[in-house]
Amino acid sequence: MATRKKSDAKNALDPALDREMLHSMLVQRRFEEKVGEAYALGKVGGFCHLYIGQEAVSTGIIGQLRPDDYVIGTYRDHGQALVRGVTPRAVMAELFGRIDGCSHGKGGSMHMFDRHTNFLGGHGIVGSHVPLAAGVGFAIKYRGGDQVIVCFMGDSVVNIGAFHEALNMAALWKLPCLFVIENNRYGMGTPVEKAAAVDDLSTRADGYKGMDGIVIDGMDVHSVRSAAALAIERARTESLPSLLEVRTYRFRGHSMSDAVSGTYRSKKELDLYTQLDPIFSLKAGMIAAGTLTEKEWETLEQEIAATVQDAWDFADQSPEPPPAALFEDVLVETTS
Amino acid sequence: MAIITYREALNQALREEMSRDDRVFLMGEEVGVYNGAYKVSKGLLEEFGENRVVDCPIAELGFSGVGVGAAMAGLRPIIEFMTWNFALLAIDQVVNSAAKMLYMSGGQFNVPIVFRGPNGAALQLGAQHSQAFESWLAHIPGLKVVSPGTPYDAKGLLKSAIRDDNPVVFLEGEMLYNTKGEVPDHEYLIPLGKAELKREGGDCSIITSGKMVLVAMQVADQLAKEDIHVDVLDLLTLRPMDVESIRVSVRKTNRAVVLEEGWEVCGIGAQVVDYIQRDCFDDLDAPVVRVHQADVPMPYAKGLEKIAKPDVAKSIAAVKQVMYRT
Repeated sequence: MATRKKSDAKNALDPALDREMLHSMLVQRRFEEKVGEAYALGKVGGFCHLYIGQEAVSTGIIGQLRPDDYVIGTYRDHGQALVRGVTPRAVMAELFGRIDGCSHGKGGSMHMFDRHTNFLGGHGIVGSHVPLAAGVGFAIKYRGGDQVIVCFMGDSVVNIGAFHEALNMAALWKLPCLFVIENNRYGMGTPVEKAAAVDDLSTRADGYKGMDGIVIDGMDVHSVRSAAALAIERARTESLPSLLEVRTYRFRGHSMSDAVSGTYRSKKELDLYTQLDPIFSLKAGMIAAGTLTEKEWETLEQEIAATVQDAWDFADQSPEPPPAALFEDVLVETTS
Repeated sequence: MAIITYREALNQALREEMSRDDRVFLMGEEVGVYNGAYKVSKGLLEEFGENRVVDCPIAELGFSGVGVGAAMAGLRPIIEFMTWNFALLAIDQVVNSAAKMLYMSGGQFNVPIVFRGPNGAALQLGAQHSQAFESWLAHIPGLKVVSPGTPYDAKGLLKSAIRDDNPVVFLEGEMLYNTKGEVPDHEYLIPLGKAELKREGGDCSIITSGKMVLVAMQVADQLAKEDIHVDVLDLLTLRPMDVESIRVSVRKTNRAVVLEEGWEVCGIGAQVVDYIQRDCFDDLDAPVVRVHQADVPMPYAKGLEKIAKPDVAKSIAAVKQVMYRT
């Protein structure tokens, strides 16, 4: 029988960790605000899905993985790539479609990849990457390793067949997978309650023997971190999968072509969630606890602004892929 | 040389490659305890254990994706589809995941995987179980597509497919599994991407692959009695296609028939004809004729099924047409 838990995390005081998480989230925020500017200027093309508002999810989970663990996600992937250790320069250059991008300009916003950090992409077909995650879990188990794979997905994924097929096999074969639903309340413009015939997405785990279903407050990075820690440990030591429903909210539209509010969601709702901003909540908590000063915050902002500007400048100067690159990477030369 | 079945040839290839490389594993429906729906994996569970011969739930999309993920993490999966008709449920993983991964990752993640199983019609299985999908699959950059017609080719090509570092679609045939042929006792590989001239003639080229190779060989035998001698060019690999071998044959014979199992519209034959008109236009003495399945879903009734399929009689008529013989 699957168990369903509501995360009840304790905010243990760890100023160094708080500072690290604040930095991690703020880098994503300021980076993506800059991406929005670049998009408006035509420097970034195609579909571009910003992660703004959801930063606590990537920071809380990826921030505690080992270098040899794996991460896979959706087209809303910039923040996750950054937290995983792909440099702001490489992510920005990819967005600009340049040769120094983490996918050498062939992927774009939706397809960030980085072999060095086991960042297995940025996938553009809803649900399609969830079986891939189970496959990575299969490979880990096949080799007798103790790594884990974290698979991020949006709330709309819980209604598609690939998700269920993957979760079934992950439970059946006891694979070390964390399936993380980032429930930002909308699959594009359709609210969760009009798409999923359950009130609580974590109950999807109930269909799969031995799979924990956990609800997490995604606006509180501490809650995310502590709940994910248990699931990671469970995967690592017992090779058991978990389904984490992290309740979050995106402050921007589904993609750049989408109004922030006024169509499928109200300004009032947006304002309500904006007050729960995970970054400013953490900042306020740290200031109240005396572990951060306004001056330190200003310094942090300045440092990050410089990092983001550096990423922009680097991307802007990086060459476009040469025409010869068009026919490269279709097939690899077989060496075995 | 031993004479063995196409099924046994595939089984030998699987066994040899699984013995050679412990990253290779077989996954699919009924591949283990049941020994394979068509017994291709007979004995492998016993020999390699359940970690490497993995029975899956009936979930083509899911287990194909598991294969792709495992390949990204360093394994070399062989995914068996009970038939390619069922693989349509997994087309997203074949096309959007396996075929795209290397390119969209800028060369970082290759996917060494084989998707294999029977393709095309058998006997009276009706519309949903009698489809040949080679043109769909060969359309996709990032895949290799292989279609062997004999036990010798099946073994040598499957071993190469398993060793290939790219996703390889491997099309077998239910009607081929029991066919027999000579297979060497020593180990051998057949390179992907090379066609083979299976019969040498001078009057007309029959360009074909897979199950239709057997039809073409019968055509060649029968026409020889009428003193018509044809080249039978077996493409073996449909992507990348060995265009040079097509050119060489057509420039010699000046006439061509393209024989395929699938439907006409946007079929493999259409691509072959395009290569011919581009490169051999001035060599042709007659328009190229295509032989293929009738442009209908496959009927169940025996008589209707027979007339829907490409066969020896239709192929002979096609050769005579391009030779202006009656």
